[in-house]
Amino acid sequence: MGWPILSLLTFLPALGALAILAMPKASAEQMARPIAMIVTLLDLVLALVMWANFDTASSAFQFLEQTSWLGGGINYKMGVDGISMLFVVLTTLLMPMCILASWDSVEKRIVEYIIAFLVLETLMIGVFCALDLFVFYVFFEAGLIPMFLIIGVWGGARRVYATFKFFLYTLLGSVLMLLAMMAIYIQTGTTDIVTLLSGANPIPAHMQYWLWLAFFASFAVKVPMWPVHTWLPDAHVEAPTAGSVILAGILLKMGGYGFLRFSLPMFPLASEYFAPLVFSLSLIAIVYTSLVALAQEDIKKLIAYSSVAHMGLVTLGTFTFNHQGIEGGIFQMLSHGIVSGALFFCVGVVYDRMHTREIAAYGGLVNRMPIYAVCFMVFTLANVGLPGTSGFVGEFLTLLGAYEANTWLAIFGTTGIILSAAYALWLYRRVIFGVLDKKNLQDIMDMSPREIAIIAPLVILTIAMGVYPKPIFDVTGPSVAHLVEQFNTRLEAAKLEAPRLAEVAP
Amino acid sequence: MIPGIENSDILMPEYILAVGGMALLMIGVFLGDSAQRTVSYLAILLLALAAAVVVMSTGNGRLTAFGGAYVADDFGRFVKVLALVGAALVLVMAQGFIEREKMGHFEFPVLVVMSVLGMMVMISANDFLALYMGLELQSLALYVLASFNRDNLRSTEAGLKYFVLGALSSGMMLYGISLIYGYAGGTGFEQVAATVREIGTPIGLTFGLVFLIAGLAFKISAVPFHMWTPDVYEGAPTPITAFFSASPKIAAMALFVRVMLGAFPDASVAWVQIIVFISLMSMVLGSVAAIGQNNIKRLMAYSSIGHMGYALVGLAAGSPQGVQGVLIYLAIYLATNIGVFVCILGMRRGDKNVENISDLAGLAQTRPGYAFAFAMLMFSLAGIPPLAGFFAKFYVFLAAIQAGLYPLAVAGVFASVVGAYYYLRIIKIMYFDPPAESFSPAFEPSLRVLLIASTAFSLFFIAAAQPLVLSASAAAATLFP
Repeated sequence: MGWPILSLLTFLPALGALAILAMPKASAEQMARPIAMIVTLLDLVLALVMWANFDTASSAFQFLEQTSWLGGGINYKMGVDGISMLFVVLTTLLMPMCILASWDSVEKRIVEYIIAFLVLETLMIGVFCALDLFVFYVFFEAGLIPMFLIIGVWGGARRVYATFKFFLYTLLGSVLMLLAMMAIYIQTGTTDIVTLLSGANPIPAHMQYWLWLAFFASFAVKVPMWPVHTWLPDAHVEAPTAGSVILAGILLKMGGYGFLRFSLPMFPLASEYFAPLVFSLSLIAIVYTSLVALAQEDIKKLIAYSSVAHMGLVTLGTFTFNHQGIEGGIFQMLSHGIVSGALFFCVGVVYDRMHTREIAAYGGLVNRMPIYAVCFMVFTLANVGLPGTSGFVGEFLTLLGAYEANTWLAIFGTTGIILSAAYALWLYRRVIFGVLDKKNLQDIMDMSPREIAIIAPLVILTIAMGVYPKPIFDVTGPSVAHLVEQFNTRLEAAKLEAPRLAEVAP
Repeated sequence: MIPGIENSDILMPEYILAVGGMALLMIGVFLGDSAQRTVSYLAILLLALAAAVVVMSTGNGRLTAFGGAYVADDFGRFVKVLALVGAALVLVMAQGFIEREKMGHFEFPVLVVMSVLGMMVMISANDFLALYMGLELQSLALYVLASFNRDNLRSTEAGLKYFVLGALSSGMMLYGISLIYGYAGGTGFEQVAATVREIGTPIGLTFGLVFLIAGLAFKISAVPFHMWTPDVYEGAPTPITAFFSASPKIAAMALFVRVMLGAFPDASVAWVQIIVFISLMSMVLGSVAAIGQNNIKRLMAYSSIGHMGYALVGLAAGSPQGVQGVLIYLAIYLATNIGVFVCILGMRRGDKNVENISDLAGLAQTRPGYAFAFAMLMFSLAGIPPLAGFFAKFYVFLAAIQAGLYPLAVAGVFASVVGAYYYLRIIKIMYFDPPAESFSPAFEPSLRVLLIASTAFSLFFIAAAQPLVLSASAAAATLFP
């Protein structure tokens, strides 16, 4: 492809934001939403064009772009492979829905809101396209700024606490990653991710452990893994609907993506060494946060805890180092991006009407809102992992991978799935079924066409991905196979190296 | 220029400032305070002219004059441009303020020019006598500036405090220099360096080095010699606080770097640990102590203490990359700080300037552009990418990692996370809190231009970082022949 499609994809939303910014105040308020809608839809089209042109036979990075940036070998470099490409598509898919979801529900400071979202989209796409360590870091970290404002300005009652917690937690994790990136740069003399992944400049064994831990600090907070997950429920509960969708749908995936892009291929020795740690934390996350989810009285908080549990499954699959586990992890992330995003949209639908997220305030909604009940059911079942929904494919593959690695992992992992059925179905029962005896629910309206327009594509995708996941595996397959193969050869090479070194330097 | 003295023409910018400063003084004396505005504009021109001369001489290599006591190299030229530009911008932004506050005495621009002259001598000093002369010329002018609002109790208090503590630190530094002189038998940096190479660092010389560092640390307000900073920042008139936070810090930092790397390159074992300590303490104290501040100028004082700590990380690395990091840090710090102080100058209700950060409440709704600029500058100071401040920290920490100072780097980034809290707090007050009474009137045109330029620099530095990075790299290389 002759034109820089990835840069265009990345910066188109930012250009839209600039256009809105340049308008006079009165017309900006009128035009912000339509412009944002057009820009995000254009971006989605671009992403689909990219998918159509993506060579699914290759595991290499495609659509490469490179320009000199800071000098000293630090370049602006973009490109996608089978692992990152679908995350770009997911981002561009969720954004128009977020804009649509905020059409009426956000009343104050709409221009700033739209600009923050467009800038955020640029930064999120950039994270998945970046092929230079520091370019990645800049996108990864810069996303904090718009998210900080989104939660802080348009959030709920405890928004200030939540947004500070979100910002400082994530920042603390990422600064360590920054230092680790600098160490890699100094050790290998390059920040080019393609070169680093090719294994031409391997990172010495003694450094791997520290570097792995530094990257882990950043990604574990982002995923989030137990015990650094506590920012997530707060941020989710206080964020506006679209903010929660982006948080659950995309921002959490950056952590999982980071493990796949950096930790596994660059530090194979350390990844293997620390795998039991990751497994333990993942299993605790799966079981413990599922139990916590059972006890929640706030719908959003419940979904937030379920996100932690589901992302635990992702990290579990990633660190099994086998094809099924990793591919399952990626599929689980894509599926969770759609399902949890959709669940937050569903919460947004009733929240816009009733302005409460208390589970106890609802009940019997099926009587007044049949369409809503159906949609909510699809997502609930997908969240549980019912066969035929996208949730099943990811969970099944992840557990298969886990079983291959260690039986106990699979046993505990499956417990989490059973618990997820418990809390998700119980939530559904309490909100949708039962008697419609609450007075203020008596005349609640079913979903408006605008809301159906947001939810319907997600319903279709959830089921389509569950029934026919092949297009996704076509994309991820070669890259994951390459990753697994590379991981194993490098691990063996490093293990051969280690005793030799011990002989040389007693 | 001066017949019989070799290379005396490298002092051209200093001549311009010295002669021009005297001329301005004469103009002021004969025309009185009514000529304040004219004198101010002429001073700006003078500084710009000097900066142009410095820029034009870039690339001339390393030249010395006065028997090696005075040196002109690209390192010095880089820092001189920063100091000159900083001073000129401060004069631009001060004009409206001092007219309003009826502080329009013609001495103000003259004193600024004189202190900048001192800075130029500091930056170029290659001998302890030249160093001390420059330092005192600068400091004396600054003492007067601190108490420039002479009818104001806080301003005079600030000036007095600054003077007494400054004199103390100068005394300490002189004592240290005398000890060093005792060992080296001379005051030239090269001579000291040769002595250290020959005899190492006996206890007496180390003693002298410590006293010298104490005096220098006072000038850049590094912990534990920072106590004067919050009081002076709060007491001095706002544009003068802006000046304090910009040019003198930059010049003193450059002097610090040159003394350590010029006179004690072989004693790095002795001084690196001291620098690491004061750097660490400055970063931590700057971050922690600022959290409790309610006065924006006091907060900026702690912020500048912290920022000097980060810049010192580059010096602790002691490598060309480290010096490059320091230079980039100073340039970005200057550009950001000017914008922040323009924002602080804009905090006015009617004819009164307010200084509490709670006065900023809801600024994003009453003055969105103002709040946006302020917020971006705060994010930049906090070091969040993609803003300029991130790259400042990036290069010093990169140098620290390269030099193997891992604990310092880790502690530094942790301190920056703590520090991010108080910058975020300001953003929180502007964006999340319900609006208070709006500020009025709007910015004067000159301030508006400065603010836009500073914000644009912070926002778009990422896209055009290379020229600054490369010129800083070239400048740093001249310190390592």
